[in-house]
Amino acid sequence: MSPDLLDATFAALADPTRRAILARLASGEATVTELAAPFDMSQPAVSKHLKVLERAGLVSRGRDAQRRPCRLEARPLKGATDWLQNYRTYWEESYQRLDALLDELKAKEGRA
Amino acid sequence: MSDTGTLTMTTPTDREIVLTRAFDAPRRMVFDALTKPALLQRWFGARGWNLVVCDVDLRVGGTWRFVARGPDGTDMGHGGVYRVIQPPDRLVYTELFDDQSYPGESLITHVLVEHDGKTTLTSTVLYASREGRDIVLSYPMERGVAEGYDRLDELLAA
Repeated sequence: MSPDLLDATFAALADPTRRAILARLASGEATVTELAAPFDMSQPAVSKHLKVLERAGLVSRGRDAQRRPCRLEARPLKGATDWLQNYRTYWEESYQRLDALLDELKAKEGRA
Repeated sequence: MSDTGTLTMTTPTDREIVLTRAFDAPRRMVFDALTKPALLQRWFGARGWNLVVCDVDLRVGGTWRFVARGPDGTDMGHGGVYRVIQPPDRLVYTELFDDQSYPGESLITHVLVEHDGKTTLTSTVLYASREGRDIVLSYPMERGVAEGYDRLDELLAA
């Protein structure tokens, strides 16, 4: 995943309204009107957030000229979570070794 | 209180990484594992890398230095200075890698909380800059894992 796309993904995710929009779209496509409904926000304000999400490749719009339904594009998110996962995996492995070590220390102490 | 075995990772600010993990052991043991060379050598670091240097001068203002040797013989060194040593609940030190690709020292704060014989370790790494943190997060790219979307909820909820 290119650094530019990662930057765009994380910038897009840095806003709670945009995360809420993505969470909504995770359960199926929706129109701008439907997306705006749960927020105390005008449709133009929601459209602005959608543009940011579209630029980051996180959302695509359907062809239907009337409805232009929005849909979640999961691939950039997958890239972003993989990217977070690497540092995490490193520590998960270390901590698993620490678990084994702590078990051994407890067993030793139990015998003492 | 998190379940033992589950590592939680968050980025509460653009200069921090916070790791939280519970261990099925009292916190004095976990504190020892973070500060005693004989124990650190048993678990600390990446898979396949061994600590060939593990010097710990455990006093405020004292230094620590670790050198890990990889499977191909490459050495990776890092070290720093202890700032707070408060067993068994708090340990703070600086960290700088020998060939660090970003400027500035990081500050690492470990907080240990014990409950029913289990210890929750919360480790906060504060980088000198956002760039530094982002480079570290992108570092071991070759370890990229193809997981499902199970982290999606976590990321969306972050």
